[in-house]
Amino acid sequence: MSRDPVAGPMLRLPASVSALRVRNSWVLLAALALVVASFWSLDLHFSAFWSSEAIRAMSRFAAEFLPPDSSPAFVRKVVLAAGETLAMSALGTLLASMLGLLLALPAAYTHSRAVWRVPTRLLLNGLRAVPELVWASLMLIAAGLGPMAGTLALTLHTTGVLGRLFAEAIENTPPGPAFALRTQGAGPAQVFLYATLPQVAPQLLSYALYRWENNIRAASILGVVGAGGLGQMLAYHLGLFQMARTATVLLAMLALVLAVDATSYFARRAMTR
Amino acid sequence: MALEPGTLISPAHAAAVRDPAWRGRVAWMLLAALLLWPLLVLTEFRPWQLLQPRSLRVTAHFLAGFVPPASNRDFLALVARETWRTVAIATAGVSLALLLAAPLALLATAALSVSSLAGRMAVLPFAVRQAARALMVALRTVPELVWALLFVRVVGLGPTAGVLAIGLTYGGMLGKVFAEILESCDAHPTRTLLANGSGRLQAFAYGLLPQAAPELTSYAIYRWECAIRSSVVLGFVGAGGLGQQMDSSLKMLAGSEVATMLLVFIALVGLADAVSAWLRRSLR
Repeated sequence: MSRDPVAGPMLRLPASVSALRVRNSWVLLAALALVVASFWSLDLHFSAFWSSEAIRAMSRFAAEFLPPDSSPAFVRKVVLAAGETLAMSALGTLLASMLGLLLALPAAYTHSRAVWRVPTRLLLNGLRAVPELVWASLMLIAAGLGPMAGTLALTLHTTGVLGRLFAEAIENTPPGPAFALRTQGAGPAQVFLYATLPQVAPQLLSYALYRWENNIRAASILGVVGAGGLGQMLAYHLGLFQMARTATVLLAMLALVLAVDATSYFARRAMTR
Repeated sequence: MALEPGTLISPAHAAAVRDPAWRGRVAWMLLAALLLWPLLVLTEFRPWQLLQPRSLRVTAHFLAGFVPPASNRDFLALVARETWRTVAIATAGVSLALLLAAPLALLATAALSVSSLAGRMAVLPFAVRQAARALMVALRTVPELVWALLFVRVVGLGPTAGVLAIGLTYGGMLGKVFAEILESCDAHPTRTLLANGSGRLQAFAYGLLPQAAPELTSYAIYRWECAIRSSVVLGFVGAGGLGQQMDSSLKMLAGSEVATMLLVFIALVGLADAVSAWLRRSLR
């Protein structure tokens, strides 16, 4: 089939400016309507913030945080909870990497048939769509209060995320080595272990580390619903209005997040150099 | 490599068949097991607890409630109202965040510095820019859930806490990314405008904004999509919307209600994802 070079798809004129303007105006109008309707329908009490009484109440609230509780016994408890948070995130990410790899194989079109691929992708999407915190409160019913519920919640959500990323990585590997092994009569398991896996391993590892970084942040707040770690301490002491102790837990949380950010920043810089 | 049984193997061939790196692999495995043990202890990871009869009975009862999902008219009306509140909290929060982020981003952008036209930036403008950056770091380092917990203490249960939490955290995030986008633009038109005596706002509006507008809008829309997801989560600490309703149904072990709300939530996230993808595609 010959194609007329002048009337080819490359040379079609863009939509006229006035038509684009009309469409953009409608989109903008819709966005404005959404914003106005949002503020109008929510009963927001912002005006209460500007009364002198509210400002005094808030400054009193803020003043109660100072000084943070720095008694050695409490600091030891906070450090232990920070360790628990780290352990939850590490174990959750580890389990999720294994489960994710297990599910990525049937989800990748290079290694499976559609009969398996479609349900696996649906499962991964479902796991990913529900946030960690919602998983955690669901897990509380089965696993009870404590860090195990949080670990399972992180595992489930991260499995959905990593499974999809892993499947995409596997699909994008150069097919040459796998083809070479197949022509020599190697079975599917051998092809995966000796041709595909060695090629994608660095990428899988970097995805897993990136998710670990996210999960440390997530794990520190998961406990708010009762799933262990720093979050549980925060909710507990805030609930009892022990503001000095709350302040210590908050500081530990911020220190953890900043330490993770700094480590990943310097690790990335060291690796890309 | 599959060898037929009974194949003759020469010593050299046997060495090639044996995994040459087995010593290293075994050592790594042992080290990993050694590191894994304290993790399992610290997280109280005892999966067999899930299979105890008592725990199994509760879980099975809860899950059995999932089918069929609750669908009576009153409950569906409630879910619809709470879903709208979730969207409204996210939208109002992102609007506040934009109000906060736009001035902070303008303050932090070094390309709009007049003093740096003549070499190095002066001390005061440099200090102001660093202060704006530090404020944005502080805003976004505190997770929105923690902001929400604190605001629930101050203003009580309800959407105000959620809107403020999203506004502050997302204000920090949007401000940082907006400033980065503005910095990555071609600075030549802006510098020319500034050098010819235009004000900073004029230089922004005619030098930077025309280049950056699609990217700025696209990122704001993406953040709105994220805000919808996080406003559900904020409901779990009492900031209103679908999450708060889900939390109370979970506490009553009402499986059918939880099932409906989970389905609605997944549909909502999918819808927000589709709308945001369509809007961002049409910007290109």
